[in-house]
Amino acid sequence: MPSLPDAATPDVVALAERAAAAQGHDPHISDVALKPAFFDWLCRMGDNSLVLGHRISEWCGHGPVLEEDIALANTALDLIGHTQMWLGLAAEVEGAGRDADKLAFLRDAMKFRNLKLLELPNGDMAVTLMREFLFDAFHFELLTALTGSSSPRVAEIAAKALKEVSYHLERSSDLVVRLGDGTEESHARMQAALNKLWPYTGEMFTADAVDDAVAEAGIAPSLADLLPLWQRTVAEVLDEATLGQPEQRFDAQSGGKQGRHTEHLGYILAEMQFLQRAYPGASW
Amino acid sequence: MYAQMVKSEGMKSLEEMSPEERAFQERVDRGDKIEPKEWMPEGYRKTLIRQIGQHAHSEIVGQLPEGNWITRAPTLERKAILLAKVQDEAGHGLYLYSAAETLGVSRDELMEKLHSGAMKYSSIFNYPTLTWADMGAVGWLVDGAAIMNQVPLQRTSYGPYSRAMIRICKEESFHQRQGYAIMMKMAQGTPEQKEMAQDALNRFWYPSLMMFGPSDKDSVHSAQSMAWKIKMNTNDELRQKFVDETVPQAEYLGLTVPDETLTWNEARGHYDFAEPDWSEFFEVIKGNGPCNEERLGARREAWDKGAWFRDGLTAYAEKAAARRAASNVAAE
Repeated sequence: MPSLPDAATPDVVALAERAAAAQGHDPHISDVALKPAFFDWLCRMGDNSLVLGHRISEWCGHGPVLEEDIALANTALDLIGHTQMWLGLAAEVEGAGRDADKLAFLRDAMKFRNLKLLELPNGDMAVTLMREFLFDAFHFELLTALTGSSSPRVAEIAAKALKEVSYHLERSSDLVVRLGDGTEESHARMQAALNKLWPYTGEMFTADAVDDAVAEAGIAPSLADLLPLWQRTVAEVLDEATLGQPEQRFDAQSGGKQGRHTEHLGYILAEMQFLQRAYPGASW
Repeated sequence: MYAQMVKSEGMKSLEEMSPEERAFQERVDRGDKIEPKEWMPEGYRKTLIRQIGQHAHSEIVGQLPEGNWITRAPTLERKAILLAKVQDEAGHGLYLYSAAETLGVSRDELMEKLHSGAMKYSSIFNYPTLTWADMGAVGWLVDGAAIMNQVPLQRTSYGPYSRAMIRICKEESFHQRQGYAIMMKMAQGTPEQKEMAQDALNRFWYPSLMMFGPSDKDSVHSAQSMAWKIKMNTNDELRQKFVDETVPQAEYLGLTVPDETLTWNEARGHYDFAEPDWSEFFEVIKGNGPCNEERLGARREAWDKGAWFRDGLTAYAEKAAARRAASNVAAE
């Protein structure tokens, strides 16, 4: 190449392997009995980041104001970065020769483990921001707890992600307050967004056998323990935003964590996985 | 280049100039930087607003053709790189709108002019991105062409513009490398990937040459802008430099530049190459390119649909200020 050196670092794989070898031993990774649940749970973590990151990235170039466009892209970037870490670890735990990209681009909807909340279409900025806030408030508490995980690898990823997610929560809470207590229209839109999303929030706290198994192993906290923390943050922010907490059930919509999704996920995957599906085995 | 056919105001000889104008021109000639609060000819101010504004608009409209592939990027790493790149473009828009604001025009006024069609953005962004190879071609050729113009503009006479350019150039050269890295991957990939790479070069070659604008050898506007050091080279000089640098890069990729007349001219020390179809260029500038409607439509829609959001934030800020004022009164 005459004047431009290749931007790709050829020995990046070797660098990553050295870094992995330098990490402390994590007994959970080779625990055969725990493997199915641990893998599934790591996919939940990775898929949540991937699907929300995908949705937020749809705003790039279309934000309501330039600063917001940049902030949304930043958030999406953080989430894609978290996806690489969570799905990378999932692939390692699975030990079946897949990597983060294969998990992201070559699984079908029924194998995706993200919350339904995160795959819903962006709607307007009110829906986008309210969803971010409702998830950020949970994500923050979850990652905080995960920094004390019995799995050093999980704790390490959580510590990295937490730095960014703390900022996500700060930003989304701030905007929920400002828009909730802004004009009549912004208030009405934020309230409508909250009402629409509310029935999807309970899924974050509804534990199943996978959640119980990783909690039992000390890898992840009990979801029930996170609920009061989330409720407190949500109540405080909604109150300051002059928004009313919906009275309907908050757990009417669930199933995403077990692979039973809304119709929307299929379209996300059709778009996201197009190149990998159309040109199997190609390197990009 | 992201500013095309920018009209500049008047052209006077030193004798025709007022003492202020002459002193100004002498400062520019010496290589001084002109700063926002300092006296400047109205024409200089107006021309810069047009140029910086058009450049800023190009950055944000330029998010769209690449943004088109973010949700379809083939790997997590490519997705992250592309997102970061398009986000950089938004950031460039922000620096440039801020630089324009120092000349006394608000970002909202400039946006309004973009949306009404009174101000233009670079013709290149009215072409579609049809395959993943276009992400490579845009980075390699479009950012490559932009850099040709922007590197010399780091030395432009207007301080805020020059400083914005210095920051922008650092990121743009990285963008060009990432584009070239995608092209390498594609050109060395499967036959289908190689076909996409060649097709992308075929489609983006002439539109990239058009980015420099038509020949301006005899243009009065160009001469004035060059005297003010807000344009540093002629369009033809930059286009030639671009072709000379890009042709060996295409050869290295094993791709063919879609120009049968392309030959190395030993005597000139440059490549001879075919001019793009300038009638196509003028059609695109007039609004009749393949994606003008989509691009401007997307910008207008983002702005219109975002009105309630901006109004909401403004209303909150006013309420919060009033509450602070009231609590100060209560405290006294």
